[in-house]
Amino acid sequence: MDMPVPDPDILARKAEISTRLRSVLPEDAVITDEIELKAYECDALSAYRCPPLCAVLPATTDEVSAIMRICHDMGVPVVPRGSGTSLAGGALPTSDSVILGVARMADVLETNYADRYIRVQSGRTNLSVTGAIEEDGFFYAPDPSSQLACAIAGNIAMNSGGAHCLKYGVTTNNLMGVTMVMADGEVVELGGPHLDAAGLDLLGLVCGSEGQLGVVTEATLRILAKPEGARPVLVGFSSNVVAGACVSDIIKAGILPVAIEFMDRPCIEATEAFTGAGYPDCEALLIIEVEGSEAEIADQLGRITAIARRHDPIEIRESASADDSARIWLGRKSAFGAMGQKGDYICLDGTIPVGELPHVLERIGELSSQYGLGVGNVFHAGDGNMHPLIIYDANKPGDLDKAEAMGSDILRLCVEVGGCLTGEHGVGIEKRDLMGVQYSPEDLELQMQVKDVFDPAWLLNPAKVFPLEASAKRRENQTSPMEAQSPKAGDAVPHTS
Amino acid sequence: MKATSEAELAEAIGGATGPLRIMGGGTRDVGRPVAGEVLEVGLTGVELYEPGSLTLVVRAGTPLAEIEKLLANEGQRLAFEPLDFRGFLQPGDRHASAVSTIGGVVAANASGPRRIQAGAVRDFTLGMRFVDGTGRIVKNGGRVMKNVTGYDLVKLVAGSWGTLGVISEISLKVQSIPETEATLVGHCDSVDDAVARMSAALGSPFDVTGACADLRGRVSIRLEGLEGSVDYRARALSSGALQGFERVDAETSREIWRGVTSLEAFQSTPATDVWRISLRPSDTPAFMDAVEDIAANAVFDWGGGLVWLETKEGLVTQDAAGLIRDTANRFGGHATLMRASASARAALDVFQPQAPGLARLSAAIKQKFDPRGILNPGLMGY
Repeated sequence: MDMPVPDPDILARKAEISTRLRSVLPEDAVITDEIELKAYECDALSAYRCPPLCAVLPATTDEVSAIMRICHDMGVPVVPRGSGTSLAGGALPTSDSVILGVARMADVLETNYADRYIRVQSGRTNLSVTGAIEEDGFFYAPDPSSQLACAIAGNIAMNSGGAHCLKYGVTTNNLMGVTMVMADGEVVELGGPHLDAAGLDLLGLVCGSEGQLGVVTEATLRILAKPEGARPVLVGFSSNVVAGACVSDIIKAGILPVAIEFMDRPCIEATEAFTGAGYPDCEALLIIEVEGSEAEIADQLGRITAIARRHDPIEIRESASADDSARIWLGRKSAFGAMGQKGDYICLDGTIPVGELPHVLERIGELSSQYGLGVGNVFHAGDGNMHPLIIYDANKPGDLDKAEAMGSDILRLCVEVGGCLTGEHGVGIEKRDLMGVQYSPEDLELQMQVKDVFDPAWLLNPAKVFPLEASAKRRENQTSPMEAQSPKAGDAVPHTS
Repeated sequence: MKATSEAELAEAIGGATGPLRIMGGGTRDVGRPVAGEVLEVGLTGVELYEPGSLTLVVRAGTPLAEIEKLLANEGQRLAFEPLDFRGFLQPGDRHASAVSTIGGVVAANASGPRRIQAGAVRDFTLGMRFVDGTGRIVKNGGRVMKNVTGYDLVKLVAGSWGTLGVISEISLKVQSIPETEATLVGHCDSVDDAVARMSAALGSPFDVTGACADLRGRVSIRLEGLEGSVDYRARALSSGALQGFERVDAETSREIWRGVTSLEAFQSTPATDVWRISLRPSDTPAFMDAVEDIAANAVFDWGGGLVWLETKEGLVTQDAAGLIRDTANRFGGHATLMRASASARAALDVFQPQAPGLARLSAAIKQKFDPRGILNPGLMGY
């Protein structure tokens, strides 16, 4: 994975840059010590590392604005960082960049149950948003697997999902407003505590823009009343194809579970060895969770198991207690850790139309034999968001390259069947150079023109999302090549009538 | 001018020498009037419909009614309950002949009552193809439920009223029609009480999919789902937050919400102005107090967070606008003039003027998408 060559001029001005940053921040909020900077050299895509020039830890929107103004003045790239849990390298620094971490901005600013929203600083972790309101019977719906650690800032940057977004949607569907600091330090408010904003949907644009359009410092989030109860059923099948068909039938039947999770045999075996969750011996299993009152849960589970029975299940295990539920979820929730016992892994995130599940799983199996690398599949089947885990050995020369090549093939397959490269992890550096598989040069050009509007000098998280080659001119010249070609206001076409 | 294929659309826009007024079915004449040649989006037909994946890919000029019928045959629907402007903006004879298109619905982000629970049009638009102001064909998003591959231009174009690009194809996430529905109807003495009841219902675990009140104090709360579940939730609500409310049957329930979706309350007075104001629900009572003198009628949808305000006949639009905008601003909300004469709409900001920072961003985005300024110029104020 290539990263741009650091700018020697910026490296040479390191002392000057940190001195200026110290002039607007408390002493302990500017980190330049090489040992301390190690903590910021990578995110959860830990195969790639590079310590930044320095790291800053602001505590307020004003401090973020002051930092951005200085970096803008001095032409220094800024890489925003939430909790550093990105699996796509979204927070990977370059040695000539400043890491802007929002971890010290974790306060709840306002809670409003009558209008059903919460306003938080963006460094607050996903789980602690719900933590602040659950005693009053409310929750924040998006629940990425990393929710204990991941920050709302990162959730917004990557438009994070989670197991329960089949019913509740992803971050963008639950985000009402943000306070955002622009690349030049200007502070803007997008949206607010109502259900739609005036004018163009800039909030929808910013959500999922991977920290390239601005630094979100505060967020207004939609909150919901907690359902009365929830209960899963686990169903084991004799093949991936049958399990995939069952998913499609449940959706077609008009039942809306909150989650439909899928695990294949390699994953089931790994989690069994790791946790002893007591999963059935089968090729594939589904965990389907429904919500509501006891009677509603029983009604929905009854319909779901009736559909499952038509697919010759090996076992149907309906939870009858909180204990049962915990045991059913145990294996799924520890699946990534369990797969980690088998070796190093790359976790992919392609999304496909639900109907293509059987075909895609079969092809992934073929690619696994072709490359000679193990793959486990554990994912959100209800919305087609796959998470193939490719097992490799980091100590074996060439193995990572092989795993990445296989990953690229799987993602190409996802696009080929009508899907996309990433459902909830983001492009980052990981899928950057595959963007041309999904988008034409014109499609990407317009997206880059949007970045030109927000960040004309391309200083915010510059080497991400777009293929390096495609963004090279903009990053190197630090002005948009299209700018020169755009007609002046005076050239606008005159009105004819 | 009418384009019937994407290539024709690209050619028409690329080769245009002056401003274009973009039209789908012509039922949503909203915004500052656009002087320009009409470009009609005549691309119709379904590209793909997979009920088991809940996805529909359709050309932008396809009539909404056709789509709704196709979906209903498979027991599915558009979850965002598109607003029907025909009787609202075009009463009388034109009502019967006008046809809403899916492209118009997406361009206007015209979400109905279920927005409060399911989401808006923009939340169900998985992807689109469009032609920008230079004639360039652009694809964004896809046809899968989760997608964070590159910037979400889909949300930007949805609700941009044809000012950034002309949509040629749309992928939508659809929803299964629930087994049944019911509405709990009650009467409240004040807007305050009505909003409080709606907030209590929406803040309950009973998954309310519609919460609307009118100026006479009638409050409607909708529940949808499996038969037994709707029964249970209706009982729980009417013995709790909605004490004294009566349950109406599924057919009556459907009629109530069709009325909300078609803005029925304002159909018999086509000459008045109607504003759409977005607020925090709890600010709505104070907002209504402030505009009481000019209000002829009002509907409070989205639990009170969306006010449809009809002003008294004979008022000068500009005068009413001042009071409505100032009051909306005071509460951090915003107001759009959805119905008024063309001359009134030409004389003032139909859409809420934005803070300088946002206005500059919006204008700069418009400049990138449509550097010649030929797509619905001025409609949204730029």
